[in-house]
Amino acid sequence: MPITYTSGEQVEVYRFSIPATIGIPLLALFLQAFVPRRFPAFAYLDLPLLVTIFFGISRRNPISGLLTGAVIGLAQDALGGLHLGLYGIAKTIVGYGASSLGVKLDVENAGARFLVTLGFYLVHAAVYFTVARGLVSLSLTWSWRSGILAGLANAMLGTVLYFVLDKFKQRT
Amino acid sequence: MESVLGRYRNLIILVGVLFLQVLGLAVQVKRGGNDTENTRLIRIWAVGAITPFERVLVWIENGTGNIWHNYFYLRGVRVENRQLKEQIEQMRLEQVRLNEDAAQAHRLQALLAFKEQFISKTVAAQVIGSSGTDLSRIVYIDKGSDAGVSRDMAVITADGIVGKVMLVYHSVSQVLLMNDQSSGVGVILEKSRLQGVLKGTPNGEVTLERVMSDEQVTPGETVLTSGGDQIFPKGLPVGTVTKVGTGKDLFLSIKVKPAANLSKLEEVLVLVEKQQREATAEDLGHTRAADILAQRLPSVPDKPAQPAGSTAGAAAGSAQPASGTNGAKPTGTATGPKTAGTPGAAATGSKPPASPDKPAEAQPAQAKPSAKPSTQPSTPPATPKPAADQDIPD
Repeated sequence: MPITYTSGEQVEVYRFSIPATIGIPLLALFLQAFVPRRFPAFAYLDLPLLVTIFFGISRRNPISGLLTGAVIGLAQDALGGLHLGLYGIAKTIVGYGASSLGVKLDVENAGARFLVTLGFYLVHAAVYFTVARGLVSLSLTWSWRSGILAGLANAMLGTVLYFVLDKFKQRT
Repeated sequence: MESVLGRYRNLIILVGVLFLQVLGLAVQVKRGGNDTENTRLIRIWAVGAITPFERVLVWIENGTGNIWHNYFYLRGVRVENRQLKEQIEQMRLEQVRLNEDAAQAHRLQALLAFKEQFISKTVAAQVIGSSGTDLSRIVYIDKGSDAGVSRDMAVITADGIVGKVMLVYHSVSQVLLMNDQSSGVGVILEKSRLQGVLKGTPNGEVTLERVMSDEQVTPGETVLTSGGDQIFPKGLPVGTVTKVGTGKDLFLSIKVKPAANLSKLEEVLVLVEKQQREATAEDLGHTRAADILAQRLPSVPDKPAQPAGSTAGAAAGSAQPASGTNGAKPTGTATGPKTAGTPGAAATGSKPPASPDKPAEAQPAQAKPSAKPSTQPSTPPATPKPAADQDIPD
């Protein structure tokens, strides 16, 4: 049973040290900017998104989740050449959604994390696509096939990554 | 009221944060284009936080690579060195031939009072990062305003153009690649001389737009910069046409493969200074390729003099055998007096100092036939001169 319903009292809420709070998103942004230079296929992965989801489901605090998503998303926008806010909006929603889900569900096991990441990747892509097409008029084309493939790749990476990042969790 | 606010606090904050971002986005869109100037501060923070790590990693990467390649991995260097030397020889011959063509072009440009644009200064830069997303094709280079880089400067590699500088920070610059969908480069097809605009597509391909469907464009044709965008100087290699199809609105759909490998860029050049000047018909006074070849073939047996009038070069050669050089090679310039004594001097056939008033444009037509490296020398040189003594431009 990958996802189990739990009450708010049953789920554990974690916090992170300040170096981890700043360093992990920064490292994700750095790798996202650096690695595709050598391995272009890496651009299909979205490390900042995975970090947003991880912080969201670990902290289980919607406000902190959405703010984390907003900051990471805006930083990602700032590194790219497009308008500020495209990733910001998408990751704000994902951060809020992940932390809200973390309050209601226990997503500690690998299967649950895989499904949650896949779902949020698609939500993120859909929001980004909608905002980019609707507000900025970017000529993007939606492809279910590439979306799902990229989602699966991100979900697989996320499942592994979350177990590494679990080491930085501190019990409240 | 308080209970409602408390109950929906999270949702209200979410809506507030989203509203602010949508508002910011709308303002950027309203201001048009990529409103990078008004969001500069946030971009500086983000770039300033990320690029130092990238610099360090690139530095370590280069250092490790240098140690490996310069000290440990030297297998096959001798063979490679020999091959490269042979290649240099071939290229020098080719260069001489091209110089002749260039000289001719200069003279023609001067005749037509053309203004020529040339690259006077470049700054070498290392690519240290990218945007990290396949939706915006951007790279970061490790040179900024400190190195004289400024906005809208062209970025190239030895293979071809890369893109243009979009944002400049102190020690870092953001480069918009030519395959980004917001990019546009004025180009010309090498053979058909058709002009168009090169644009990127959302999936990172490059297409040539604004070429009418009744024009003939063939796959394999080389695409060069036209200079019309005022960013890239004319004549830089851009890529090769890979596919030609019918597009919409009476235009062809032409796909172009970029000459530079945009997905694996490492070192690039930023054109920090371009100059425009009147074309001048300077005599470059270069040795012709055939002459160099002639001097390196001492074992070629003597050939009887060819009948006059067969070719320009042969005519000149037979009419005026160079004294003291055993007629190393027909000079190709019937008017050019030989400087006796050295094969190089005889071979250069450069503009005679005694006749500066002679029309320069008379030369190329005569120089052409003998400029081909494959031309056989009529007679071998008696004393082949070392390559270092030749009048060859570096």
